Amino acid sequence: MNFNVDVFWAALSSWAFFKGALITLALAVVSHATAIAISVPMAVVIRGRPSLLRGSITAYIGFFRAAPTLLLLLFVWNALPQFIPIFRQAWFTPFLAAWIALALNEAAYQVEINRSALQAVDAGQTAAGEALGLTRFHVLRYVVLPQAARIAVAPTVNEFITLLKITSLASVISLQELMTVTQVTVARTFQFTEHYAAALIYYLAMVYALMAVQKRIEKSFSWANRAAATKDTPAIAVPVQR
Amino acid sequence: MSMIEFSQVGKSFGAFQALTDVSLKVEAGERVVVCGPSGSGKSTLIRCVNGLERHDSGRIQVNGIELTESASALLKIRRDVGMVFQQFNLFPHLTAIENCILAPKKALGMSDADARDLARKYLDRVRILNQADKYPVQLSGGQQQRVAIARALCMNPKAMLFDEPTSALDPEMIGEVLDVMIDLAQSGMTMICVTHEMSFARRVADRVVFVDHGRIVETASPEDFFQSPKTDRAKAFIKQVLHG
Repeated sequence: MNFNVDVFWAALSSWAFFKGALITLALAVVSHATAIAISVPMAVVIRGRPSLLRGSITAYIGFFRAAPTLLLLLFVWNALPQFIPIFRQAWFTPFLAAWIALALNEAAYQVEINRSALQAVDAGQTAAGEALGLTRFHVLRYVVLPQAARIAVAPTVNEFITLLKITSLASVISLQELMTVTQVTVARTFQFTEHYAAALIYYLAMVYALMAVQKRIEKSFSWANRAAATKDTPAIAVPVQR
Repeated sequence: MSMIEFSQVGKSFGAFQALTDVSLKVEAGERVVVCGPSGSGKSTLIRCVNGLERHDSGRIQVNGIELTESASALLKIRRDVGMVFQQFNLFPHLTAIENCILAPKKALGMSDADARDLARKYLDRVRILNQADKYPVQLSGGQQQRVAIARALCMNPKAMLFDEPTSALDPEMIGEVLDVMIDLAQSGMTMICVTHEMSFARRVADRVVFVDHGRIVETASPEDFFQSPKTDRAKAFIKQVLHG
């Protein structure tokens, strides 16, 4: 076996790989952020009384958990413009198509995480909030969500790591993310090992960085931990989904 | 007008009849102790006062407001009535003082500075001001329950409900919570208290209400209730509580 270190370094330090990795990361971040923004209200509704909206959300979750991500990507990129003319215009890029497909898909998974996190908050917390005369929205916003957020951190970061790797599927709709760049380069040079290794290094670096972020977030929930709880590290502010 | 009035209130959970034909009047400034065997419906009764459990039949009025499906009536009643729970139910992500200021700020629109002044006053009254910046996880059970009482008092309630406030406490912490409750009772607060603390009942209660199988079986002054209970069920219960 020969491994050309120079080729490996050249790939690793190339603008093309760096840009590919940035697109991968950006796609994962915006898709997951969108998914979280959609899925928090969905999780709240799904825990409420039966309604048409709740039924629709249940159907949504079932559908998008069942549909293969690859199929969704191809559908949004190729089929959507066929029956909705607005998507035929130049602004509809592979990045946007991937964002839509991955966000819709991810929201279906994230809503289950949110639902179980909400469920895990003790019912006595809601009772205490309601007994104080807080409205249902205030109880949710200031009492339940901050506690549910702590429970949701680990599975949510897990989901994000999975999503980061799933973005490579967007190579089928010609998005120039990390795996597309790698495959194009390999097809041209036939230097498989060096370029795969460079791509792998990028993925590993991104995931390890994420795990460090997870640790920091978990530390900010120090109120749950008797030894670590101090006023100096206040509980993290929960992003309000509107 | 009574502070709290139940008229023939009924409540069921599915097939289980939790309350049957409960009528009870609590006047302003009155202290009522509710007791009864476990599962008798006393917690359900007290949770019906502020609508944490919704009654199926009969009428409940609090401070002249009828408890209906109306959300605004419900909020008004809850802002008038403080509640203390068996498991404290402090918000674990907020410090003691933050627990106290949340509702005054969000429900009453009080400024942060005013709410903190009020919170310090009540934390001081329950003798825990020095722990104001601690999180609940750092406090003992007795301390947590005293913060919970201060949190309820910060809404300037017209009546207070206590749902077995000392049942989850270690024996050595029961006293500090009872002292705060006795102090509150002596200040003229209207109170309904579900408890098995017979010393508390003897010392401050105007009336003892004995509940069994979802019905009010007996109502009497503490002396009469403990010395000469009228029903066999009350006799058996008192025997168990005092000697059990």
